[in-house]
Amino acid sequence: MHTSQISPFLAFWRSFRLATWLGWQIESNWADPFLFTVYSLIKPISSAAILVVMYSVITRADFTAPIFPYIYLGNAFYMYVGQVMTGISWAVIDDREHYKTMKYIYTAPVHFPAYLLGRGVARFIIASISVLVTIVFGVLFLEINIEVTQVNWAFFLITLFTGVVMLALMGLTLAGVMLLLVHHMFGVGEAVAGALYLFSGAIFPLEVLPSFLRPIGFLMPITYWLELLRRLLVGDVASSFPTLQTLTNVQLYFILVVLTVFFAAFSILTFRACENRARELGLIDTVTNY
Amino acid sequence: MNLAIQTQHLSRTYKLRNAKNSRTKELVALQDVCLEVHPGELFGLLGPNGAGKTTLIKILTTLLAPTSGKALVCGYDVVKEASKIRPIINMVSGGESSGYGLLTVRENLWMFAQFYGLSSKEANRRIAELLEVVGLSDRINTKSSDLSTGLRQKMNIVRGFLTDPQVLFLDEPTLGLDVGAARDVRRFIRNWLNQHPERTILLTTHYMAEAEELCDRVAIINQGRVLACDTPASLKHKLQREAIYHLEVTSSSILYSEHFKEIQGVRKFSFRPRDGYAVLDLILDQDETLAAVVNTLTAHQVRIINLQKREPSLEEVFIDLVGKSIEEVESGRNGSGHSES
Repeated sequence: MHTSQISPFLAFWRSFRLATWLGWQIESNWADPFLFTVYSLIKPISSAAILVVMYSVITRADFTAPIFPYIYLGNAFYMYVGQVMTGISWAVIDDREHYKTMKYIYTAPVHFPAYLLGRGVARFIIASISVLVTIVFGVLFLEINIEVTQVNWAFFLITLFTGVVMLALMGLTLAGVMLLLVHHMFGVGEAVAGALYLFSGAIFPLEVLPSFLRPIGFLMPITYWLELLRRLLVGDVASSFPTLQTLTNVQLYFILVVLTVFFAAFSILTFRACENRARELGLIDTVTNY
Repeated sequence: MNLAIQTQHLSRTYKLRNAKNSRTKELVALQDVCLEVHPGELFGLLGPNGAGKTTLIKILTTLLAPTSGKALVCGYDVVKEASKIRPIINMVSGGESSGYGLLTVRENLWMFAQFYGLSSKEANRRIAELLEVVGLSDRINTKSSDLSTGLRQKMNIVRGFLTDPQVLFLDEPTLGLDVGAARDVRRFIRNWLNQHPERTILLTTHYMAEAEELCDRVAIINQGRVLACDTPASLKHKLQREAIYHLEVTSSSILYSEHFKEIQGVRKFSFRPRDGYAVLDLILDQDETLAAVVNTLTAHQVRIINLQKREPSLEEVFIDLVGKSIEEVESGRNGSGHSES
C-alpha cells in the first residue's frame, strides 16, 4: 500500500501521474470549456500579432525576408520555455500560498520532483496548443512556408521531446530556488524566461549580441533546440543565418542532448540542495500572504 | 517494540533577519525537548500560541529539520529516513482553509488517498464512510471552495484519517470550529483511536478542556521547553494539597498584583481584568489564607461577585508551572493581566 513498499519508478510514476491530473484540473477548470477554448486560441494569436506588427513597422511589411520565419517560429517555440519552466516552478507558489497544501503534499509519500514535473504537464499541453495555433496562423496568413511532406517529423518530434525534457529540468532548478525564496518569488519565473529570451537566439541571431554576451547563448541548450526546430520546419531558410550555420542538424541534436544531460545532473543536484536548505530554514510550507 | 515518537534533546532555533538593517536575531522555538510517546497513546501537547507545539509537529512530520538533537517516528530518524516516515504518518492543521478549491470534496480526498497508494475503490469506500461520520456526505460533490471554513476543516480532518496512518499529528484540530463541530471532532478522534488501538495520535492544543477530555498523557510546553509530562490525573494530583479558588470581583483602579504578592500563603495567582469586573485565580497553601485575600479585597473596596473553590484542573497546573494562565501568556505581549509566582 505504501510508497516504501513499491519500486522508485512506480513511486515516481504515481506522483507524476497524479500531479499531471491535478495540474490539468487547475489549469482547465478555472473557466467553462467554451471560454477556455476561446482563450486558448486568442491568446497565442494576440501574442504573435504584437510581434508581427512590430516586425511590419520596422521592415515595412517585408514578410518574404528569411528573417521573418526565423523570428516567427523562434517566438512560437519560445512559448514552451515560459510555460514549461514556470509551470513547474509555479506549483511551489500555488501550493504554498494559494492552496496552502504544500505541507500535506510534502509530508505525503510523494516523489517531490516527479510531483512538480507533473504539475508542469498541463502548461506543456496548453503551450503546445498555443504553438500549434501560432504556426497554423503563420502558414495561413503570414506566408510562413512549411513543406509538410518535406519535414522529417520523427526527428522533429524527438527534438521537441528532448527540448521539453531539458526545459522541465531547468524548471525543476527554478522550483528549487523558489523553495528558498519567500517574498520575491512571484516574478522570478517570468524574469528568468525573459532573460533567456535575449540569449537564446529566439528572435535574432546571436551575432546581434555584444561579443562578450554571446558565450551565454552558446552555452544554453535552448539555442540549439530552437535552431533545430526551425530548421526542421523551414529548412534552408532557417539555416541561412551565420550563428550555427557550420553545424549539421545531427550535430545540433548531439549538442542539445549533451547539454540536456549536463542540465539534468545540475538540476537534480541543485533541487535536492535547495530542498534540504529550505527544510533547514523552515521554508517548505511558508505562507506569506504576500 | 519501537516507540511511536521519541525526541532526544531536540532543539530548534530560527534565525530572523530584520529587513531594515539586515541584522539577524535568534528565536529559540524548542529547547532540549525529550519526549517518549508509546504506540496506542493519544498524547497531548498543551501550551499557549508560540510555545513551540507546531515547530515540534513540523519536525516530526519531516517538514523542518531540527537545529540539534534527535527525533524518531516509529524508530525512523526524521532527518535521515524521512521517506520511510511519510507513508506511515499524516497530519491535520486547524484554523486554516487549505485544499484545492477547484476540486470537489471527493476529488481532493481521492487525490491524497492515491498519493498514499490506496486503490480508487478502497479510497472511495473510505471517503464515503468518513464523510458520513463527520456529517459531510451531502457535500461530497461540492467544490471545496464553496465550503465554509468549518466544513473545509472537517474535510481536512477526513484527509488525515483517510490513509489510516500509524501516527497521526493533529495540530489544533478544533481551532476555528464552532462548539458543536469541535465536540463532534473530539468524539470522532476518540472513537477512531478506540477502534484502532494500535494507532498513535499526537495532538496539540491550547484548550485545557480538550487536552483533559482527550489525552492519555499531556506534556505542558511553554517557550520551547517541556515543563511537565504525565497523565492529566497525575498532573492535577500534584496540586491537590493546595487550595484552589476562582473569584470574580468588581474592578478596581487601586488594586495591583503587588497586593497579592504580599499576602503570606498565596502560592500563585492570576489576576485578569474583564469588561466591568476581574477574574482572580488563586493557589493557596491552605484554605485559611483566603481570609487574608478577602481582607485585601475589602480594603481596596473590591466586592466579591462570585467565589468558587475548585478541584485542580490543567488550567491550574499550567498556572502552577508557568506562573500565568495560557490566556495571559498569549495576551502578555500587549500587557494585559497580572500574575505572579
